[in-house]
Parts: sequence; C-alpha cells; structure tokens
Amino acid sequence: MYKILHIEQLVPGIHLFKVAAPEVAKKAQAGQFVVVRLDEKGERIPLTFADWDAKEGTVTIIFMEVGTTTHRLARMKAGAYITDFVGPLGVPTHVEKFGTVLCVAGGVGVAPIVPIARALKQAGNKVITIMGSRSKNLLFWEERLKSASDKLIVTTDDGSYGRKALVTEPLKETLESGEKIDRIIAIGPSIMMKFCAATSKPFGVKTIVSLNPIMVDGTGMCGCCRVAVGGVTKFACVEGPDFDGHQVDWNLLAARQRTYTAEEKQSLEQWRCQCGEQK
Amino acid sequence: MAKLNLNRMEMPRQDALKRGKNFNEVALGYTKEMAKEEASRCIQCAKRPCTEGCPVMVDIPEFIKAVDEDNMPEAVRALKGKNALPGICGRVCPQEVQCEAVCTLGKKGAPVAIGRLERYVADWERENVAPAERNIELAPATGRKVAVVGSGPASLTAAADLTKMGHTVTIFEALHVAGGVLMYGIPEFRLPKAIVQGEVEYVHSLGAEIKLNSIVGKLNTVDELLENGYSAVFLGTGAGLPMFLNCPGENLNGIYSANEFLTRINLMKAYRFPEYDTPVRIGKRVAVIGGGNVAMDSARCALRLGAEKVYIIYRRSEVELPARHEEVENAQEEGIDFRFLTNPKQFIGDENNNLVAMECYQMELGEPDSSGRRRPIVKEGSEFKIDIDVAIVALGTTPNPLIAQTTAGLNTTRHGTVVADESTGKTVKAGVWAGGDVVTGAATVISAMGAGKRAAADIDKFLRS
Repeated sequence: MYKILHIEQLVPGIHLFKVAAPEVAKKAQAGQFVVVRLDEKGERIPLTFADWDAKEGTVTIIFMEVGTTTHRLARMKAGAYITDFVGPLGVPTHVEKFGTVLCVAGGVGVAPIVPIARALKQAGNKVITIMGSRSKNLLFWEERLKSASDKLIVTTDDGSYGRKALVTEPLKETLESGEKIDRIIAIGPSIMMKFCAATSKPFGVKTIVSLNPIMVDGTGMCGCCRVAVGGVTKFACVEGPDFDGHQVDWNLLAARQRTYTAEEKQSLEQWRCQCGEQK
Repeated sequence: MAKLNLNRMEMPRQDALKRGKNFNEVALGYTKEMAKEEASRCIQCAKRPCTEGCPVMVDIPEFIKAVDEDNMPEAVRALKGKNALPGICGRVCPQEVQCEAVCTLGKKGAPVAIGRLERYVADWERENVAPAERNIELAPATGRKVAVVGSGPASLTAAADLTKMGHTVTIFEALHVAGGVLMYGIPEFRLPKAIVQGEVEYVHSLGAEIKLNSIVGKLNTVDELLENGYSAVFLGTGAGLPMFLNCPGENLNGIYSANEFLTRINLMKAYRFPEYDTPVRIGKRVAVIGGGNVAMDSARCALRLGAEKVYIIYRRSEVELPARHEEVENAQEEGIDFRFLTNPKQFIGDENNNLVAMECYQMELGEPDSSGRRRPIVKEGSEFKIDIDVAIVALGTTPNPLIAQTTAGLNTTRHGTVVADESTGKTVKAGVWAGGDVVTGAATVISAMGAGKRAAADIDKFLRS
C-alpha cells in the first residue's frame, strides 16, 4: 500500500499527487513511469514521473481525468492509500550534453518534461522550452519549467495567455531561426507529438517522443503496448517509452489507443452511476 | 493378495456444454470413496518407479497407502515432505508422462491415478486443517538471508525449502500478486486462484517474506541484493516475454499475445468486466495460433467469454500437439475447432485497424527437425482465408531480459535463457542460482519445482560451508 501524502488540483481536471514510495523514489530517473492499480478491481495504468525526492521517499505524479481510474484517483484524499504503485518502469530519457535542446510540452505533458529539462540543463545543455495548452486556465507549472529552462515560450490555442499558436509554430520558427538545435524532446498528446515530429523532420533534428499506448503489466510481459518504430515492432513499456518521433507509425499508435473506446466509455458511465447512487 | 484392478476410477467433471459457459473448475475431484478405491489399486510394489518418475521425488506409495488406510494426516505428511505445492501439481502436472507413465500397473492396465489422488490429499488438507494447525518442522534459524526473484512454481518451491532449512527468505515479485504464471497464465477453470493463493500463503506461513510490486533490476539489482545482506540469490523469473509470428498485420486491434489475453482474464479478471475495470475484446470468431497448453487455455477462455466459434490453428498434425492429451480432449469436447497443418500468412484489417480475417497456408510434414518432430512445410498456392475478429498468438515465451541486462557476469544463451548447472542450479556468477523456465525456456510447473528444489539444496550446502 502506498500512502497519498499530498494532493493538489493544478487546473480543472489535472491533479498532482505526492505518494510515499521510498524504493521507487530511490531509483527514479527522468522519463520513466509507474504502473498504478487503485484496488482489487482496478485496472493497471501507466503514469509518468513528474518529480521524486529520494531523501523524502516520495514520488509525484500528475494526471488528467480521462478514464475510470484517473477519475477515481482524482477523488481520493490525502492520507488514503493506493494499492499498487510499481516502478520505476521503462528506459530513462537519454540525457547527455547534446548542445542546445528544444523541449516541447503540450497539456499534461508539461509534468514529465520538467524533470527531463532539469536533467538536460544539469548535463550542460542550453534548454529552450515551448509549453502549450488550449487555454490559460489549463496552464500549470510555468514557473517550474521556466527555472528548468534557459528560455521558455508559452502558447495557448485561444490566445488567452502567451502567444496564440499551436506549439508547432514556435518550434518551426526556432528551427528556421538559424540557431543550431541538436535535439528535440516532445511530450504531450499523440497528435501533438506527431505534428512536432512532422515539423522537425525537414530540418533533420533528432526528435524524441514519449509514447503512451495502452499497457497492462508494464514489464514486457503482454505486448499490449506494441508500437511500430522504423517498421519494427517494439514494446513501449520496456524498449520505450521514448522513441525517435520520425520513425514512429503514428496512425497505428492512434488506432491501437482506440481499441477499448467502447469499453472505456461503458466503464466510466458505470462509475458515474455508482457515484450518483452513493451521494 | 487382492485381485489386480486394472481400471482407474474416473474423476467427475463438469458437463462439457455447461462448463463452456463458466469459469468454474472443470475437474471436480474425487470423493472420499472414490479416492479410497483408487488408492487401493496401488500394489505398493518394491521398485517404486513412480517416485523415480517424479521431478521432486514425492514418496508416492506412502501417501497413497495412507489414503487407502484413511489416515489423511499421514497422507498429507508423506506428500508434503517433498512437494510444497501439491494442490497445484495435482491439477496441472503432466502425470501421464511422469509418475503415471512408469507405474507398474500401467504394464497391464491403467496406471494408478496418482495426480487425482495428490489433488484429493491437498484439497483434504485445505478443507480440514487450518494453516495454523499444520505441523511444519523448521530447522534452527541460520541467520543467513536468501533473495528469491519471482514467485512462480520454481521460486515458491525454493523459498519453501530454504525456509524449512532455517534460512531467512525474501521473495521479490514484480506483479501485484504472488504466484507468477500460476496466477496470470493458467485459467481459473483449470487451476482455481484460491488454491494458488492457499499455496502461496503456506510458503508465507513458513516464514518467507513476500514483497510485491518489486522489480529486481529496476529497484535493487542482483548485485545490490548481494551487497546488502543477501548471501545468495535464486532467479526464478520464468519465461514471461511473448513471441509473435512476425507476419504482416500482427499489430491490428484484436490480436493478442496469449500472455496478454490470459493476463487480462486471469490476473485482471476481465471476464467480470465492468465489475472489474480491465476489459478484453472477445469477438465472435476467434483463432488461437499454437498447439500447447497455453493455446488450449486461451481457446477455452475465449469460448467461456462467449465467442461463437473458436479455432486452434496448428502448423503440424494432431499427433505432434504439445499440449497435454487431457486438455486437448477437454477442448474438443467443449467444441473448439482444431485446424491442423495450417499456418497464418498474414492478418487482414479494416480501415479502423480492426482484425477481420486471417490468410493461412496449408502445410505438409517433411523430414524431422532438431526437435525430432516432422518439420512443417508450406504448400505453395494453398492460401485460404478465415474470417475472425480476434486472434491469440500462443507460440511460446522467452525469459524477460531485464535481469540478464542488469546483472554483470551472468551467462545467457541466444534464446535469452540463463545458463545454470542442471543438477544444482548454480550459475557462473558467485552467489547466484537459477531454475525453472528462465533456464529451460517455457516448460512445466513441476520441472520448475524440481529445479527450485535442487537449487535450494545447493544453496543450503553453500550457506553451511
């Protein structure tokens, strides 16, 4: 059992949970994830590290309410326990001194980008970060990202804050500006990562994306998370989640993510019904 | 001497039509009268070939004699002296090629139904003796610590033996329940999960600590365990990595590895969705590719989940099927459609990436290959299509590479298995033993248990020297 120590609603529908998991915290690295199961009847879902503190023995996750598990998790209180919290899983994001690295974060993807940007900066890179969201009221961790970056560009789709643009616009401009960019790391919704990769491809800058297919065990046992990269099937849980965005078969990823759309809807509706009855 | 009884007592089973619609256990076990009658068939021969035929050398004539004499506590004692997990072995061991295959009675008639009697004894204990009342002799504590990685049959056996020998054992399990393949792989109708958990609880009651959600290699590495107070490490991590066909269309929605399909159903209880959160796609027409026990389990699960048509697609012929005969028979009775000498060429999907059909080749058998079985050869121009909406690939598994990747000085083969001495389980790395599927590749529960037992004995010798 893993105790929830602190919770915070960052923006509507996006929550921060700090969880006591000393052994996981001791080994956590940027880009890795945990698999969470709330209770006996729960499913196993992957959530990427937003932060950790080995001394304190804590791991921080940030998640958006999407399916049954994240909706239920969002309603848990500090002091409650999560039944299973297993990690660190996946290969850590490759960090070394590349030169100048462009980080692009969309929506809830801001959370995993922060420790990656921090690690890249510590490794001696110049870090330029673009963070984007639909609207001002959905932006979070701007200050954290600012302190982890040498330069921060903020965009909103509706122009309510920062620049009115999709993240791909400043991405393209930066690549065109003549400044030498040695690597791009893009994390966010699949569609955003797909377009970031498409934007950077003509410039030939290696673009790493963090894929989020459906997983069950998260340890390489089931193959549910298989993705095609450069025409080769990979298990995202053990060979990823980071892959070369220019090689990813994005249509396959999107199609596989939709495998259980009907069941996910049914499960969420059932949960909502039960909640209503309990009130 | 009483006249030889050459016919074995049949074990009652659920009706084939009814059981095809539920996940309850198929085989129902002997009653006391049936068990006594079957036990009385054993002639208590002097040669005891059955014990020799058992990978863990259970004192079979002794426990059967005790059943015959209605002395159940003695039957339990005789059985559990060598086998920590009899409730499991009595259900899933291939007795027909082990103890029963060499039974003296088998020369004239049906061998004694050793597996069914084993199951009867284990079930009797579970129902009649509370765990706290079970008399277990433990050796005096040695103060030495052993780490057991994984909690499947090899690890549970090693942990039970090492604990009885007086060592302090910690089991590290990656998943959220202990039991390994017994929990995620073998379905409820063949091996009820309550029985597995009973056996896990027994190992725990001996004193072994079980740490769930603990992935060795990601949390502590093997070397860190050895540096931090563990005098020996036993690797019983199994063969958890599924193999795929590598044919076109294999990533379509609706194509599962058997591991995924069975994990969703057995471990995550997807058969009770939406009460349980994890879904599984069932489909109307299901093809299972492969001919082993895992293929039979997958096909029979699909049937129970409501599939209208379930095929087993196997590239060799019926005689080469690697599955246990009993399981093939069960599957056939339940209505599984076996297509022999058939192999997939490619999977075909619709515009939404959903599986709609499979194109197959007809095969024929050529000369024997390295496995001794006749090699299947594609009949050119024989392609035909089968409409399906779910496919389950049950071609076997290889060891998860995590431990090998994170442990320097461990020898592995090109199949990813860890090299270990067959009689002791010792690897080339000091302080590290291995056994079960991680060494042999996917095999049986009992052979893994035998390996766990031999390794425990050698670890004990090492810790006392």
